[in-house]
Amino acid sequence: MNDTSQSFVKFEKIDKSYDGEVLVVKNLNLNIAKGEFVTMLGPSGSGKTTTLMMLAGFETPTNGEIFLDTKPISKIPPYEREIGMVFQNYALFPHMTVAENLSFPLEVRKISKPDIKEKVQKALDMVELGNFGTRFPAQLSGGQQQRVALARALVFEPRLVLMDEPLGALDKNLREQMQYEIKHIHDRIGITVVYVTHDQSEALTMSNRIAVFNDGVVQQLSTPDILYEKPENSFVAKFIGENNTLNGVVREVNGSSCTVELDGGFGMVKALKINVNEVGEKTQLSIRPERVSIDKTTSDSNNFSGKIEELIYLGDHIRARLDVCGNKDFIVKVPNEGSFNHKEGDELKLSWNSEDVRALDL
Amino acid sequence: MEVTISTAELLTTDGIPLKQSLRKAERRNKLRAFLLVFPLLLFIIVTFVMPIGDMLLRSVDDSQINSVFPNTFEEYKNWDKGADELPPEEVYKSLFFELANGDKRQIGKALTRMNYAKSGWKSLIKKTTREIKKIVKKGEEPVSYKDTFIKINKFWGDPTYWYSFNQMVNDRSSIYYWNALDRTFDEDGDVVLQDEKRRMYIKTWLRTFKVSVYVTIFCLILGFPVAHLLANLPLRYSNLLMIFVLLPFWTSLLVRTTAWIVMLQQNGVINGILVWLGVISDDGRIQMVYNEAGTLIAMTQILLPFMILPLYSVMRVIPKSHMRAAQNLGAKPAMAFWRVYLPQTIPGISAGGLLVFVLAIGYFITPELVGGKDGKLIGSWIAYHLKTTLNWGLCAALGGILLGIMLIFYWLYNKIVGIDNIKLG
Repeated sequence: MNDTSQSFVKFEKIDKSYDGEVLVVKNLNLNIAKGEFVTMLGPSGSGKTTTLMMLAGFETPTNGEIFLDTKPISKIPPYEREIGMVFQNYALFPHMTVAENLSFPLEVRKISKPDIKEKVQKALDMVELGNFGTRFPAQLSGGQQQRVALARALVFEPRLVLMDEPLGALDKNLREQMQYEIKHIHDRIGITVVYVTHDQSEALTMSNRIAVFNDGVVQQLSTPDILYEKPENSFVAKFIGENNTLNGVVREVNGSSCTVELDGGFGMVKALKINVNEVGEKTQLSIRPERVSIDKTTSDSNNFSGKIEELIYLGDHIRARLDVCGNKDFIVKVPNEGSFNHKEGDELKLSWNSEDVRALDL
Repeated sequence: MEVTISTAELLTTDGIPLKQSLRKAERRNKLRAFLLVFPLLLFIIVTFVMPIGDMLLRSVDDSQINSVFPNTFEEYKNWDKGADELPPEEVYKSLFFELANGDKRQIGKALTRMNYAKSGWKSLIKKTTREIKKIVKKGEEPVSYKDTFIKINKFWGDPTYWYSFNQMVNDRSSIYYWNALDRTFDEDGDVVLQDEKRRMYIKTWLRTFKVSVYVTIFCLILGFPVAHLLANLPLRYSNLLMIFVLLPFWTSLLVRTTAWIVMLQQNGVINGILVWLGVISDDGRIQMVYNEAGTLIAMTQILLPFMILPLYSVMRVIPKSHMRAAQNLGAKPAMAFWRVYLPQTIPGISAGGLLVFVLAIGYFITPELVGGKDGKLIGSWIAYHLKTTLNWGLCAALGGILLGIMLIFYWLYNKIVGIDNIKLG
């Protein structure tokens, strides 16, 4: 995590409540460095949009302070914050042309006419809509509107850009394409971006760091690879990527690893000790589907067997749903190498390394 | 490479031309749709299109008098006004017989019309008819009809009476429209202003416009914040508020108007409270009703929902994020409102404005009851001529002008805003 002294945006002990009874954001402490692309990821109602709105100035924190460039901003109205924002449904002004939409932030800043024209054209070129200035937003496709919204958020050279689920209304292909485009624009101009989404693949694709929100609390803040490979609690493990879980009780702790006895007497599993402390504690083991091997044995004695419940052919791999140690939704991904010739109902030999099993909270 | 475009008619699988097949398939649907709207269509034709058409015809119709004195008018056309001071003998002769043998009721109607052209005709003809009937009874045949007429009444030798005949010669006349604008024809058939005493329509038209414009502006000023509140409150509050807006709709117009009289009159509620509070003295009670102020207040209240509802329906669909976006882009709230919110409400403002203005311009009952002498609008004159003077031609002309004004506004609106943008709910 970044040093506090060089953080560009800093949330300090932020609490937020709308009704005085429920906290939608609890004790949020978050530092964002200049030029970083940070995503707030979480299910709906987890407090991520509220956090973004507090940063933009449309909501006031109930407690704590937000610093932008070391200055507290809670008392600065939104129109003086110099923060660009891309809204969920773009919020393009329908009675203005694309060029007028882009000129708007420059006109209110009383920039001279020729400068406005030049900046608007530059921003439009950046999103590859150079010839669309005279159109009205309603005459553009969803993807084009999205780009206009992006250009409008950037045209007045804000200190920071916020994006509130900007790709939610687009179809899958366009969404993926726009993810790359936004990422490339970020790489090119090096602006700080705070991005909100509930789509984990979007977060993994674009971000430098991801803050996983749940229930008003940041569950984990890390780079995408660490978040996926080393989740610190069971919520993150379940929310990011696909995840197999086995429940059990810790029987032995040995440094950074531990031995867990599975519920239902299915045997012992050696795992990494992540979010458990002592013997006798209940735990949930997390194993990624792609880390489970078939028909191999390991020295870690993590050898089990599972009955095939369902096979789904997906082209590049076959997705097998197994009944393993009482979990009937145990997923294994079998690469389609042509050597897999089992049927539904067959027993499979499974094994995994103890470093790929993480003992998390239950 | 050459592109060949097939001009051959497309055929269905069964070999029938595609268009023909489509028409056949669509015919049933079209017929059903037509039958569904037919009763309404018939209703509109009978109760709306036909009466309005009849009214417009009536406003230019001047044939009644021609059917009463056909020969007289025929002979009248031969009169060379440059050569002779008075019409030729034949005119007097025709009139003599048409008065002697004419139907009394028809002549009565014709006299009313003749009096519009020149006052005095009615009594002149009535007197003359009595004398002529005496002559006919005696079986005398006058030597000179002209002299007989002049002997009966010297006005028959006054050419101005005969000049006024000129404007009644044709079956169609624009006289009612000119009358509705305080104008009439002089003896040469030129349009001139009425006598000062008889000018009242222009004044009333101007007042009607003024009141309608003010009512529209007041409704906009009062209705805009209410509509904005309605559109932005949570649903359960806005529903309650909406009931308050609609409540007047469910109350009789007469009840509301009389309630305003109770409120506004000099011994009424508002004056009472002001005197009690000591704001005004007992002698200084304010005249708020039976004048233009009363008309303005009552009409604004009554027409307010017609402004609020179109505004509300437009404002409801403006996303809240627009104001946020504008502020985020650096505009202060006032600027964001002016540049982003207000322009998007224009379809609602113009729809509400058009509706209120058009309703106000033709309003009758409220101005009639609370308007007093100087708060009456043009509708009151229409009612007056319809019921009291039975001058239906003038009624029709006044109504025709009203209709024309509305059509002009509708056209203007379509030009400026586009009628497709109208949002009434």
